[in-house]
Amino acid sequence: MITIDLLVAQLSGLRRQDLDRWISNAWVRPDGNAGTYVFREIDVARVRLIQELRDEMRINEEALPVVLSLLDQLYDQRRRMRELSAALQRVAPDELRLNLARHLARQD
Amino acid sequence: MDDPYKTLGVSLDASHADIRRAYRTLAKQLHPDLNPGNMEAENRFKAVSAANELLSDPEKRAQFDRGEIDATGRERAQPASYRDYAEGEPGRRYGRTGPQPGGWSAEDIDDMFGKMFSEGGRSGGKARMHGRDELYALTIDFLDAVNGTTRRLTLPDGRSLDVKIPAGTVDGQVLRLRGQGNGGVNGGSDGDALIETHVTPHRYFKRDGQDIRLELPVTLAEAVLGGSVEVPTPAGPVRMRIPAHSDGGGELRLRGRGVPAHDGQAAGDLYATLRMLAGGPDAALDEFLRNWKPEHPADPRRTMEAGQ
Repeated sequence: MITIDLLVAQLSGLRRQDLDRWISNAWVRPDGNAGTYVFREIDVARVRLIQELRDEMRINEEALPVVLSLLDQLYDQRRRMRELSAALQRVAPDELRLNLARHLARQD
Repeated sequence: MDDPYKTLGVSLDASHADIRRAYRTLAKQLHPDLNPGNMEAENRFKAVSAANELLSDPEKRAQFDRGEIDATGRERAQPASYRDYAEGEPGRRYGRTGPQPGGWSAEDIDDMFGKMFSEGGRSGGKARMHGRDELYALTIDFLDAVNGTTRRLTLPDGRSLDVKIPAGTVDGQVLRLRGQGNGGVNGGSDGDALIETHVTPHRYFKRDGQDIRLELPVTLAEAVLGGSVEVPTPAGPVRMRIPAHSDGGGELRLRGRGVPAHDGQAAGDLYATLRMLAGGPDAALDEFLRNWKPEHPADPRRTMEAGQ
C-alpha cells in the first residue's frame, strides 16, 4: 500500500501526468480519491505492466485499452480455472478427478 | 546462462538500436503477463531480459565482451509480475464482475457444467443441487396404452424400473418417475426419470380422445337383414346387434367400450363404422339381382354434380 508520490519515485521512467491519465481512464484503479490515492501491490504491478506494454512493446495508448481488456478477460478466465480446480479438490472424489484427468488427456 | 547475443539473436557487432529492436520483438512474444502459465515463455523472457539488460548497458557489454564478467552474474531478481496478482483473489479488482469476492454466476456455471447445474441461481461449493432428470423412451402396444399395464424397463446402468403405464396413455406422453433420475448433490433431491411413450398403431383400432373407432366389415345379409355380430373392443369382444337396413358407412356406438375411465375422465365409447362386403362371386346372388326390381328405385349419386 503506497501513495502516488512513492510510486512515481519508485518506478523509473514513470511520469506523474501519465499515471494520472491512466487512473482517469480507469486502466489503474487505486483506492481512495484524487489526492489520497493508495496503491495496492496489484496496482503497482499493473502500472509496471502498462509501462512495459507502452515503452518496451511499443503499444501506444490508443491500443492499450484493447490489450488491457483482453488481458483482464484472460485473467478472469484463469481465475475461474483456479477456482474450479480448488472446488474440485474440495468436493470431487479422487476417482472422479482421476476420470476427468484421463478424459481431458485423451482429447487430442 | 547462454550467450546473451545468441539469446537475443543479434550479432556481436549489433548496434544499440539492433539490440533494442531484438529485445522488443522477443518481449512481445514472451512477456509472462501475456503468456500466463507458460513456463517456457517465462524462462525465455527472463533470459532475454537479462541479456538485454547486459547488452544495452555499454559499460557492462564492454566488460562482458572482454570476458570480465559472465552473463549470469548480472541477473537481477524480477519484481513480482502483474500475473502473480491478476490470477488470484486480488485480480478481481480488474475483473469483469468488479472487486467484490463472490461465487460464480449462473452463466459461468452453465458454461462449465451445462444448463441443469445452475438451478437455484448462484452456487457456492456447498450448494444443494437437484439431481439431473434422465430421459428414456418406451414403446408401448396400442392396447397396453389404452388399458394400462406395468412394464419393466432396464436402465443403461443396469437398474431395472417397473413403470406403471396408466390407462389412457397417449403417444408422446411423458411419464415422470420421481427420484429415479440422477442423485442430488449436497442433500439436494434426486432427479426424476422421464419416460417418453411411443404408442404403436393398432391394426384396426384408432384412438380419438377417449373414444375408439374401428371399421367393422359386415356381409350384405347382415346389413340388410340385421343380426347379432361379435365386435372387438379394447377390453375384449362383445356382441352387438346390427339393425336391419343398415347402410355401408353407417356408424354404430357401443357406449363405454372405448378407453376406460381414468384421471377423472369417463370411459369413452367405441364407434364402429360399417363396411359392407359383397363377398366373392355367388351365382344365386347374381341371378337374384338381375331379376330384382327395387321397391323405391333411387340414384345413390344424385347429390353429386358431374365433374365435381
